[in-house]
Amino acid sequence: MSDVHLIRVVVNGEPREAAVEARRTLADVLRHDLGYTGTHVGCEHGICGACTVLVDGAPTRACLMFGVQADDCEIETVEGLADGDELNALQEAFSAHHGLQCGFCTPGFLMLATALLRENPSPSDAEIRDAMASNLCRCTGYQGILEAVRAAADGR
Amino acid sequence: MSADGASPDGRAHGAGADDGRWVGRSIRAVEHRRHLTGTGAFVDDLQRPGLRHLAFVRSPHPAARIADIDTDEARATPGVEAVLTAHDLGDTAPLIPALARDDFVPVEMPLLARDRVRHAGEPVAMVVAATPHAAEDGAERVRVTYEEETAVASLEAALADDAPAVHDEAPGNVLLDARHADDDVEPDFEGAAAVVEATFRTGRVTAVPMEGRACLAEWDRREDRAILYTSTQVPHIVRTAVAGILKLPERRLRVIAPDVGGGFGQKCVVAREEALTLIAARAVGRPVKWVEDRQENLTAGFQGHDQRYDVRAAFDEQGRLLAIDADIVCDVGAYSNHPFTCGVEPLMAAAELFNAYRGSRYRARGRAVATHRPPMAPYRGVSRPQIVLVVERLLQKAARELDLDPVEIRRRNLIPDDAFPYATPSGLTIDPGSYREALDRCAAALGYEALRERQRAEREAGRLMGIGFACFAERTGYGSQVFSQRKMTMTPGYETAWVRMDPSAGVTVAIGTSGHGQQHRTTLAQIAADELGLDPGRIEVIQGDTDATPYGWGTFASRSTVVGGGSTKLAAIRLAERLKRIGAHMLEAAPEDLELRGGRVVVRGAPGHEVALEDVARLAHLEVHRLPEDIEPGLDAHASFDPPGTFSNATHGAVVRLDPETGAVTIERYVVVEDCGVMINPAVVEGQVRGGVAQGIAAALYEEVVHADDGQPQTTNLMDYLVPTAREIPAVEIEHLETPSAFSETGAKGMGEGGTMGAPACIATAVADAVAHLGIEIDALPITPEWLLQALEAARPAQRGAA
Repeated sequence: MSDVHLIRVVVNGEPREAAVEARRTLADVLRHDLGYTGTHVGCEHGICGACTVLVDGAPTRACLMFGVQADDCEIETVEGLADGDELNALQEAFSAHHGLQCGFCTPGFLMLATALLRENPSPSDAEIRDAMASNLCRCTGYQGILEAVRAAADGR
Repeated sequence: MSADGASPDGRAHGAGADDGRWVGRSIRAVEHRRHLTGTGAFVDDLQRPGLRHLAFVRSPHPAARIADIDTDEARATPGVEAVLTAHDLGDTAPLIPALARDDFVPVEMPLLARDRVRHAGEPVAMVVAATPHAAEDGAERVRVTYEEETAVASLEAALADDAPAVHDEAPGNVLLDARHADDDVEPDFEGAAAVVEATFRTGRVTAVPMEGRACLAEWDRREDRAILYTSTQVPHIVRTAVAGILKLPERRLRVIAPDVGGGFGQKCVVAREEALTLIAARAVGRPVKWVEDRQENLTAGFQGHDQRYDVRAAFDEQGRLLAIDADIVCDVGAYSNHPFTCGVEPLMAAAELFNAYRGSRYRARGRAVATHRPPMAPYRGVSRPQIVLVVERLLQKAARELDLDPVEIRRRNLIPDDAFPYATPSGLTIDPGSYREALDRCAAALGYEALRERQRAEREAGRLMGIGFACFAERTGYGSQVFSQRKMTMTPGYETAWVRMDPSAGVTVAIGTSGHGQQHRTTLAQIAADELGLDPGRIEVIQGDTDATPYGWGTFASRSTVVGGGSTKLAAIRLAERLKRIGAHMLEAAPEDLELRGGRVVVRGAPGHEVALEDVARLAHLEVHRLPEDIEPGLDAHASFDPPGTFSNATHGAVVRLDPETGAVTIERYVVVEDCGVMINPAVVEGQVRGGVAQGIAAALYEEVVHADDGQPQTTNLMDYLVPTAREIPAVEIEHLETPSAFSETGAKGMGEGGTMGAPACIATAVADAVAHLGIEIDALPITPEWLLQALEAARPAQRGAA
């Protein structure tokens, strides 16, 4: 097919290449071309945030960005959070505060919170709520998620 | 809430509790790790060599005749391998509802529409292609010629005298017309101190699981079997139904529910697309995947809660509820779902209308009305969000009429502690609960008296603030008898557990419930752990695979902890008995002197006299020559459980503020006092409560599936269908009461739907309380800012006139 483009990305520190059709989204590329299926697709129109990944450090809806636009970018996904078998502090906090149930939205919230805490390591409760209101969760009622981000920020 | 540490491998659960019991502890869920690390496997995460992709052609018209389908251009689309219409489906069967009642009209749901379409979004054709994009390209090029017909897109339109029929079999569009109780209520109304009459309306909502529906079907040529991976709550029901549709022997179909991204009832019924994905795989001889997109989920997925109640209620001078006369109509859309049918909403509503309140006489008519809208599924709560709204608002209105405090009138009417088992006017029996205590505690937690003081001050300052409550009984864990009384032709009630110990003394529980966010792998392991004296980290729970689990009904209707937990406990007890028999042989002791504790069989009161379960398990499997002749090899136990059902209860209380400039409702506080009997895992219970409350608040204030008068869907994306975020959903304060159930083996009661049942009424009564002095009644949901602003505007002259 004529509109296939070769892109180079770094995913969780690992250089990757993919030949992608122009119409494939970054979510398609990550999930189906590169095998990072931890990034989920919940609405494909930028509302639910389940596909949130970090592109050059910025939280990004992977469903609203074409794969070709990510050429030469550094991507971070949920698969890069843990250190081997060791969950990081944010993942630990999500588990301790039962901030997930079905788990489908969880990777998006984790990446969103990762970006928040890097930019603002000591957010207020209101700032956490504001930031987490970017994504949708249908199971938890959000409280466990907010408590988890609070706990991770506080180093608890 | 406490949470215990997990070991690095995420499997163990930390040290045992002081009493050695695991039930009742908020241990970490074993399900967490996979989702936190991105290693879960939802249907769309599954890959297969040679995988093909499926896209549906869906009707853009709510009501039309299909004159012609031209697939030539679609077939010529690059990447497209097959285009199938109803004419290509051979002798497959349609989906049929499983209800046998004289007052019910069964209508078939075709897999693909053949001659008529009955709702926008109905599948008409399907396209299989090499990529998802190519499948969608092909679907766009299927040319369907429709002859449009007049749609009936609301209850009112469908019940009009000259309404077109959605189905020829039901000329008046009524698919079910049930008289639940037919008492002579008139004497109560004649002698009543107050009669409240009102019409209540709740908007159509939809579950919006974050993962939409999805299937991957493949044929295992080596075994000559089909495998259907599907995002379902009910894999065994899907297998029975899909095998029936394709006329396959059931043993030749394996259904697997991998990780499932929420269901909330939308996935507890069989979808046409599940059968069609398998048909597509058979047609092209390749694995085929279909992943619903959000627009399909919002426009073609199962919906619910679209109901109207015309109600009269009679009260005596003390505010005691005497009688209810209710005419209930439910817009069930174009088809019945399988297996629960479109009767589930009106039948549930009519059976439980008094809910947690006493009364003497009852008359109810419940109708399921067909419209040219998507069919309903038993969405979380199933009519209880509506009946709780109805009863709470009736009490609130009566309190105002009789000049009683709204909490006091509730207290007078709630089932008192000495009335159990309590027989309701509609013929149910409610087992012991803590109805009045829950209300009293909720009012105390809110600081009710002080709030009333504050409300007076706020009103004087021109501010709108209201206090609301909802008290309810939640019927859960009901077995096959309840479904048979409903006259279902299949009765999804019991559950069977297989509990097996392997030669290394690890345990596997296999069960037909099918968790999808309820942490059953954790809670069922806690239940088994207590019977086996084992750490739950040594117990695997297998669900969601018809090859690996006993026939069972899945997860819906707040049944899994009661029914699945009960059968797990019974099977674990049987396994424990077996372990004790073998242990007795090894220890030369009597089985009745033994107990299982800390991974050992120990002689009670004889320290050190014990044998490790590893040694027992090894003997039972690997050295059976050392077993006595009357003990069979192996360590397997099975048990089934089919309970009558048990009612949990709760009171929700809320404080809301209204912004008269924007019409926005802000929830200042939200308190839940709930009683689900013995809690297996409090963190899981609280997660269910909070998530349920969020969905109930959503239905009260934000969400509504809107179709235009001509039947066209208006809420086709998440910018129009407003799922609330962390900004809208408040912190939910929770207090627990614990009235153990005598009808569940564990003492637990189900509680998966309560949050959704209580919140709409709680918010509605709070908003009604905020505007009661303005003469505004809140009898319809959702309470949108636009509606509130209009109501406030309309109330202004009256207010001036009164002043």
